[in-house]
Amino acid sequence: MPGLILRRLAISAVILLVVSMLVFVATLLLPGDPAQAILGQQATPERLEALREQMNLNDPFAQRYLHWLGGLFVGDFGVSAASGGSVAALLGDRIAASLVLMVAAATISIPVGILVGSYSALRRGKAGDHAATGISLVLAALPDFVIGIALVTLFSTTVFTVLPSVTMAPPGEQVWDYPSQLILPVLTLVLVVMPYIIRMMRTTMIEVLDSGYVEMARLKGVPERQVIWRHALPHAIAPVAQVVAIQLAWLAGGIVVVEFLFRYPGVGQALVDAVTNRDVQVVQALAMLIAAVYVVVNLFADIVGIVTNPKLRTGGIR
Amino acid sequence: MSTLIEQQTEVALQATDLRVATALGKEILHSVSFTLQRGRMLALVGESGSGKTTAGLACLGYFRTGLEHVGGTVELSDGTNLLALTDAGRRGLRGGSISYVPQDPALSLNPAMRIGSQIMEVLRVHGYGASEQARRERLAEVLTDVGLPNDTAYQRRWPHELSGGQQQRVGIAMAFAFRPEVMVMDEPTTGLDVTTQALVLQTIHQLVTTHAVAGLYITHDLAVVSEVADEVAVMLAGRIVEQGPSDQVLHDPQHAYTRKLLNAVPDLAGRHHIGEVEAVTGAMPIISRERAASARLTARDVASTSLLSVADLRLSYGSNAVLNGIDFELGRGESLMLLGESGSGKTTAARCIAGLNDSYTGSVSLAGTTLQPGTRQRSAEERHRIQYVFQSPLSSLNPRRTIGESVEVPLYMSGTFSRKERRALVLEALDQVQLAASFIDRRPGQLSGGERQRAAIARALVNAPSVLVCDEVTSALDVSVQASIIDLLRTLQVETGMAMVFVTHNIALARHISQRLAVLHAGRIVDMGPTDDVLENPQHSYTRELLTHVPTL
Repeated sequence: MPGLILRRLAISAVILLVVSMLVFVATLLLPGDPAQAILGQQATPERLEALREQMNLNDPFAQRYLHWLGGLFVGDFGVSAASGGSVAALLGDRIAASLVLMVAAATISIPVGILVGSYSALRRGKAGDHAATGISLVLAALPDFVIGIALVTLFSTTVFTVLPSVTMAPPGEQVWDYPSQLILPVLTLVLVVMPYIIRMMRTTMIEVLDSGYVEMARLKGVPERQVIWRHALPHAIAPVAQVVAIQLAWLAGGIVVVEFLFRYPGVGQALVDAVTNRDVQVVQALAMLIAAVYVVVNLFADIVGIVTNPKLRTGGIR
Repeated sequence: MSTLIEQQTEVALQATDLRVATALGKEILHSVSFTLQRGRMLALVGESGSGKTTAGLACLGYFRTGLEHVGGTVELSDGTNLLALTDAGRRGLRGGSISYVPQDPALSLNPAMRIGSQIMEVLRVHGYGASEQARRERLAEVLTDVGLPNDTAYQRRWPHELSGGQQQRVGIAMAFAFRPEVMVMDEPTTGLDVTTQALVLQTIHQLVTTHAVAGLYITHDLAVVSEVADEVAVMLAGRIVEQGPSDQVLHDPQHAYTRKLLNAVPDLAGRHHIGEVEAVTGAMPIISRERAASARLTARDVASTSLLSVADLRLSYGSNAVLNGIDFELGRGESLMLLGESGSGKTTAARCIAGLNDSYTGSVSLAGTTLQPGTRQRSAEERHRIQYVFQSPLSSLNPRRTIGESVEVPLYMSGTFSRKERRALVLEALDQVQLAASFIDRRPGQLSGGERQRAAIARALVNAPSVLVCDEVTSALDVSVQASIIDLLRTLQVETGMAMVFVTHNIALARHISQRLAVLHAGRIVDMGPTDDVLENPQHSYTRELLTHVPTL
């Protein structure tokens, strides 16, 4: 098993390397000159030249790439063209804020999704199942901003005015110091992510419940609870882990819309701002960050798949 | 001795007037009654869909999704009606006093649990012994009982690390662990090789007799019935049509269906002909025995008459050699059986001949021309001349295409026929396999297993091949359907004069389909010659071993 996981790790590293090249090349193609962006339209050619020299913009392409790549490894993401400060310092708080949102959404939606999906599978064809599948289908069909706006209308502006609709943290304080402001964004993300988990869990669980080993466990006289926890659930988890991974990865990118909607100071907003300001260094850093999230969550899903499958664990299948 | 006889007549389970219906109200078990006695085995025989598994599971108070119990009782030795108990009550009996051995252990063992824990689970759930220690001891004991190693390392194995026969014995150990009074065995040897089957049957027989367990043995294989059962009940469409001591039912059947079933069972000795057409083999061989015998005399003779010639066929996956050099010749109009157990390389060899597997070394030549390894390199003409029929018609026929469309594909590919001609040829092919013209617009889902296999054969025939490769074409079918397919293949061979390679694990079919028999073992042909010669005078110890393990009526 360690060999298999190491191989996946190596593949992940290669993927990230390829992504870094693509990101670097793509941002080079963006119109605009970072030095000009920092100094503004009135800058003299001498000052521009000096700044280019300082930012190594005159170096050959390959050298700049390697310099940037080397910086990534030590946490140096370069200097923001818009603010002049270091990208790491600029994004530090933003990443933390987004991470709070993502982790909160994931810790709610994954267990609830698995439980509701399993419940739905166990009550297949009954009222509870119809309700769960119906609601999850409707939610899956709605775009994230519609869900967000509906929640805002329902809880903060029109029907009940109990929750804040925008995030307003005074400078210097963190967003999680105001938990009530987190509720709506987290709830929106949960409602966007969960339907897929529910539907996938229901499908795989139904398949597993119809399997020979679940029938055999029942015919062995194993109590129903133990049949589900020991014989059914472990087999249903692996495919669901893949869906969860895709959803989490989506959260990393899809969070942009939700953050914008709630004026939440996370990476999504930072990305929107950076693109508007031609802030190449920030765009590069965020693109790498989102790619890394994709790769890492998929790696986790693969590991879950390997751990729950003894055939893979013992090297029965390569 | 007298106590043993008393025990034998003790009733352990009695099913009376059992009725089971689907949720929509269609009754699928009609008033089924039978009695299981201690130390005796009742075989419940029937073809697929006859309700035998449903009846067997009802003995455990279990009904599959969509089925419900609508009448009748299952009484145990103490007089309780199992079907009147609550779910919890039934659960307490399942795996405890009534246990179940599943048909396919590969599907029924939890792939994510070690085999030891799966057996221990039964013991824990039903509270065997006073301590964990006692349960561990019982686990080791029951593994020995079924003839498996009982050391801790073995107990810690995963199901996928065992062979099919070992998996099935784990299934039996699981059913036997709590010393049940009644064991329901659902086709426990289907899918096993004859040698393994013989061992498993022996294990079952020992357990039932020495521990005075009442056994219900569900099967479609009448030859196996004669080996294990004391009594037989024959089921047809949800009814028991004949019931009695096994000698009487098997040798003096009263019901027409039992007689039909018995007639359809292929026997190794070839005493009777399965199906209606008496051709090709046995009494009316298409090739006289002299000629068949001369076929192996000199290499020159063979070359002059041979149509398909396979020389030094080798194939390995990594270090695992599947084929270790296979040589044979096939004459025009000749039928050769390629017999082997699972893993012997028989299907791989067949696929190499047809070009479906192109990673072999050695040569396959047709009428003197050496063929390229893969179908893509072979010419259309060469591909036409070798056709392949797969084991499962369900997976080899596209469910979204009508039978007509599927059969037409080979003609379409050759591109020389007009739409009208193609339709005429398709109808002719359907007629050859005795399917009515109306089948042309049906889809595989609307056909029975036998009809599907006929359609698959029609697809192979439509281009008038000179060699037909049949890969286990009857092993997924019921015996009576098998008989009709064998019948059909023999007729087709007489009519069209094509040669046939019949790949199978079922040695009992040998005298019914083949003039020559090649026994494959570990990627080598260990025995080859005219069928009668090989069966009567086997040269290789493996063939002899195989012959002794074949169950016969």
